[in-house]
Amino acid sequence: MESLSTGKEVLVQVHDLSVTYHTRLGPLSAVNGVSFDIYRGEILGLVGESGCGKSTLGKALMRMIAPPAEISGGRIIFDNEDIMTYDEEQMRDFRGRRVSMIFQDPLTSLNPVQRVDEHIIEAIQVHEPTTPISAALERARTLIQTLGIRENRLRDYPHQLSGGMRQRVMVGLGLVLNADLIVADEATTSLDVIVEAKLLDEFKRLRDEFNLAILLITHNIALVAQIADRIAVMYAGQMAEIGDVVTVFDDPRHPYTDGLLRSVPNVKLDEREVLYKMGGEPPNLTHPPAGCRFHPRCPLAMPICSLKEPQLLPVRGDASHLAHCWLQQPQPVDEEGAA
Amino acid sequence: MRVIDPTDNLVEVRDLTKWFPVQQGLLAQVFGGKQRFVHAVDGVSFEIRRGEVFGLAGESGSGKTTIGRVVVGLTPPTSGTVTFDGIDLSTLGSAGLRSLRKSMQVIFQDPMASLNPRMSLGRSIGYGLEIHNPEMDAEARRAAVVEMLERVGLAPANYFYNKFPHQTSGGQRQRAAIARALITRPELVLADEPIAMADVSVRALLLDLMNELKRDLSLTYLFITHDLATAKYICDRVGVMYLGMMAEVADLRELYTHPLHPYSQALLAAVPVPDPHQRRTQPMPEGEIPNPINPPSGCRFHPRCPIAGSICRTEVPTYRALRPDHWVACHYAERYLPSGD
Repeated sequence: MESLSTGKEVLVQVHDLSVTYHTRLGPLSAVNGVSFDIYRGEILGLVGESGCGKSTLGKALMRMIAPPAEISGGRIIFDNEDIMTYDEEQMRDFRGRRVSMIFQDPLTSLNPVQRVDEHIIEAIQVHEPTTPISAALERARTLIQTLGIRENRLRDYPHQLSGGMRQRVMVGLGLVLNADLIVADEATTSLDVIVEAKLLDEFKRLRDEFNLAILLITHNIALVAQIADRIAVMYAGQMAEIGDVVTVFDDPRHPYTDGLLRSVPNVKLDEREVLYKMGGEPPNLTHPPAGCRFHPRCPLAMPICSLKEPQLLPVRGDASHLAHCWLQQPQPVDEEGAA
Repeated sequence: MRVIDPTDNLVEVRDLTKWFPVQQGLLAQVFGGKQRFVHAVDGVSFEIRRGEVFGLAGESGSGKTTIGRVVVGLTPPTSGTVTFDGIDLSTLGSAGLRSLRKSMQVIFQDPMASLNPRMSLGRSIGYGLEIHNPEMDAEARRAAVVEMLERVGLAPANYFYNKFPHQTSGGQRQRAAIARALITRPELVLADEPIAMADVSVRALLLDLMNELKRDLSLTYLFITHDLATAKYICDRVGVMYLGMMAEVADLRELYTHPLHPYSQALLAAVPVPDPHQRRTQPMPEGEIPNPINPPSGCRFHPRCPIAGSICRTEVPTYRALRPDHWVACHYAERYLPSGD
């Protein structure tokens, strides 16, 4: 499948996806009607403040949403197949083989009593039961070197590895099965800045080498500026803006994106000497504000913003840059909500 | 802005060393050889000038938090001295230390862990006054707390006074933790990663608040951070630590433009710049920070250092000033001096 607007091959199509948590205070829409594509071989940065739904969205891509939450609507088309129609067995094969997920803390994802090679061999054998152990071990050996870990670390237990190495092993578990997409949810957050920088270099190299798509979920917008091809900004469970990373950084079209970008500290001395201070806090999603969910904090809010929700539409006809904001789309004239 | 006098030191740290014994199993205790130690801090000297924000930066395991704890007297050093306003902390007993704590307060990273979940914010904040100013009556104490709540931006103060930590947002809790630290009118505030947990939009607000309070209340901060980008917005001088040793200390602007230690250079280059037009191209040093139980010989950074020579493996570099007020511990730092020096 090709995207008409960009000519790039679409790997995942998310259409109108919603995830609802059923809480004592009523239903909470953590992800609300989100639509976007992930292209093959791209690094897509997904950013937003805590509670904006970015992690929930990442999990929903693998249908890893457990009660009291549920995927309450929408479709996920992965490589032309609707994974919402998969049964549990198909999903189990899909997870790991097609999509792999890396979390913030690798120690909770790796088995503490399994050695590195055992992890990799197990992953191969679960998904490809006919592969003999010797072949699996050989693949583990090549893989570990690709990731910049010395071969003698294969017999180590997770606690013997450093934080950066553990995350590399997690990446390896996805790569060994030739996954098309890696969802990295704050995967570098607990690492020191030098180790983080090296893991990011690794992400870029693997993307180039294996044409891997990476969904980089992070609160650190600077990381996205450094390695992503496109950026998606979420606010209060909705997609606020999405587009090419250079376009969005140079010319953000959603006031939330603009505020967020201007509040990021920059280590360069003569740049951004004063940080922008965004007022207010994200809304309680059991009772989100009417209209645009950002309007109570928006410096440019207009009358219509509190009345009617905008749509995620192209900015000035550019189909690769979408914004969810009334400033970027014509206001309805004949309705009572008109300004 | 208050002018900082470079000879007026509020805190002086000299040859500070802090080792922690490694817990050993029974067999190792009976048959094993020597007790082993984690070399958390090894021979560090620096001073904090009255009215400045001194930043301590470094990766996890560099010893920056341990230094902070020793400076405010939360833990005694293994050797070396800490002097606060001319008083050597080691000469004080526990009562003397307690009365000095009024002048040295701490803001921690996680406000949920530093505020008592069963006390209202007002009670938590006023608690320091109950201990350090017992002569104050309840009414005066309440008035002081209300004033401090307003100062830190928790208004209306009477509303927040009765709130419990779980009823407030992360940013509000950190403001309360700042109020709790400042209520005793300290001179020195140790801020250990005070904004690392906050969202990016809240960080800017907290930094602003800390700068404003410093000015209004004539504070001195020891600001511990792993993030040199954040340090830029608050620190006057910065010390870069590596594996228990001070690699480099300089004025912030000087350090960021002329880092003389290869480790400071790597650390500065590793900070991601939020601009897709400025992507990092230089490679990062090999490996990760080693185990502080058996630190490398010579210069501790030598196994990862791109310019290490044979002397670096055997000799500990001297900590020396290569430019005015710019100290560095590297055998080859001269080659990074800007031309003209």
